Amino acid sequence: MSVLENLRQTFRRDQVFDFVNKQDYSQVDTSHGLILYVEDVSVSFDGFKAINELNFYIEVGELRCMIGPNGAGKTTMMDIITGKTSPDKGSVWFGQNINLLKMTEPEIAQAGVGRKFQKPTVFEHHNIFENLEMAMAGDKSVWSTFRARLSSEQHDRITSVMETIGLSDCAKQRAGALSHGQKQWLEIGMLLMQNPKLLLVDEPVAGMTHQEMDKTGELLTSLAGEHSVVVVEHDMDFVRSIAKKVSVLHQGSILAEGSMDEVQNNQRVIEVYLGE
Amino acid sequence: MFYLLKGDRGGQILLLLLSIAVVLIPIFNLAVPEGHALHVSTFTVTLLGKYLAFALLAVAVDLVWGYMGILSLGHGAFFALGGYAMGMYLMLQIGDRGVYGNPDLPDFMVFLNWEQIPWFWKGFDNFWFAMIMVALVPGLLAFVFGALAFRSRVTGVYLSIMTQALTYALMLAFFRNEMGFGGNNGLTDFKDILGFSLQSDNTRVALFIASAVALGLGYLACRAIVVSRLGKVMVAIRDTEDRVRFIGYRVDRIKLAIFTFSAVLAGIAGALYVPQVGIINPGEFSPLRSIELVVWVAIGGRATLYGAVLGAFIVNYSKTYLTGAAPEVWLFALGALFVLVTLYLPNGLAGLRKKKEATV
Repeated sequence: MSVLENLRQTFRRDQVFDFVNKQDYSQVDTSHGLILYVEDVSVSFDGFKAINELNFYIEVGELRCMIGPNGAGKTTMMDIITGKTSPDKGSVWFGQNINLLKMTEPEIAQAGVGRKFQKPTVFEHHNIFENLEMAMAGDKSVWSTFRARLSSEQHDRITSVMETIGLSDCAKQRAGALSHGQKQWLEIGMLLMQNPKLLLVDEPVAGMTHQEMDKTGELLTSLAGEHSVVVVEHDMDFVRSIAKKVSVLHQGSILAEGSMDEVQNNQRVIEVYLGE
Repeated sequence: MFYLLKGDRGGQILLLLLSIAVVLIPIFNLAVPEGHALHVSTFTVTLLGKYLAFALLAVAVDLVWGYMGILSLGHGAFFALGGYAMGMYLMLQIGDRGVYGNPDLPDFMVFLNWEQIPWFWKGFDNFWFAMIMVALVPGLLAFVFGALAFRSRVTGVYLSIMTQALTYALMLAFFRNEMGFGGNNGLTDFKDILGFSLQSDNTRVALFIASAVALGLGYLACRAIVVSRLGKVMVAIRDTEDRVRFIGYRVDRIKLAIFTFSAVLAGIAGALYVPQVGIINPGEFSPLRSIELVVWVAIGGRATLYGAVLGAFIVNYSKTYLTGAAPEVWLFALGALFVLVTLYLPNGLAGLRKKKEATV
């Protein structure tokens, strides 16, 4: 970001001298009905523009699917929202009051943005129960983590999440020994334990059987409403089965947005996916 | 307190052995007359006390390496700093009994023609002040070093190299006479501690007991961390650091807290070591020492805590034995031991029976 740009950002009229007041991450303000604002975001790696003037908004309780060919910038977009990559320019706001670009990954997670990775990433040496326990929302400072004891409500919460993800039979099993699909679910379960307001789900059905896919679809649709969900997925059948609204990413920006049918009949989308 | 050892058979055995040793060794040393079959010589008592201090140091390393994946090749620095803090107290207890008979200045300062004691030696004539420094100095160094390293997310082999550089830099600094820590001779010729002569059997036994108690308490403290949710998060950091961040933990702070705690334990171990061996010199900072102590933990078995104790005892006993029996063989033996353990016992000696345990 250039100096001028920085200065403008600092002296924005709606938040003059915001830096003196510490941001309050605990309460996200969504009174305008939107939970995520991504505006004019660009990022390049070694000259390659991975994200180019990306703009989109996610409504509260929405289930949004993002599709796009390989290298369209889907994962980079998630990296930016969760604080792993910082963009060259643009702004990302969570609700109206939380500027995600100023925050670290743990702070963003604490504020209520949960993320599932493309490759299922669970803690392999811990059992399923422990995986969920660690992910549970709450004070995660060093001392309170050391002093933490499971209350019976928390225990019930973990049990109910295990039921939701269909893994209650093997609570004591090491996560490393789970099948690929089960790991995917466990990771979704960990997301649920965080009780996030916004879930970013990267390729949830990769490597799943059809039955598993249906079950995952049901799970994600049931989550929308209470949570806002953004799903990045390659599998068109799966996207069709769950999506109300689809965004197509291409070369780092949104190419088309709308219902699955609209998007599939969009001439530019057809060009991108099928070649001329 | 006992819940900490639930399911930790190795720890139960360790604490049982420590309790027995604390009761029996003093009896066998002090009450059983010399020449009797059951008599334990003061030399042996001191040797065991030294091993106990090493074991505490190994436990400190295991906490950061075995559980959190931070391979510190500089833990010897924290050990040595604790040792120097204790050594400074002991130096000031010598008073006018030194070679030069100067009541205010330690011998090496008289030798360097210094007029008065440097400012950073002030207060070390007080035992409790020195004891606070034993914990504070290594802790502070670890805190500053860790804050810089962990915040910038230095991990893996880069961090190991930096810890190595840290201890090497300290070694070079402490070798200099101008630093005011006795140069390459270090601090030695100690006379007494809290008014008790360091040569007497009673003091030796008391130091042995203090070391055993420190090891027991240190073990329990580490165990308390390891069995808590914090301990689970530490293992998670070791396995998949990024994921831990994305579920909302401040990885850098957790690392910093544990690293600092571990450095304090190492400092305490150093303070127990110095009065028993009677000398502290910059050699303790040498990178080789730090690597050796990582070998203890690897041989004993990582991420078990009791394995670290086992490794410290086995390697140091072999060292004592071999450097006496066949000095030229020792380094080869250490190397061979390390290679063999790495090849055939990747989980160390503790791994022989650890397979039953579910986690970690």
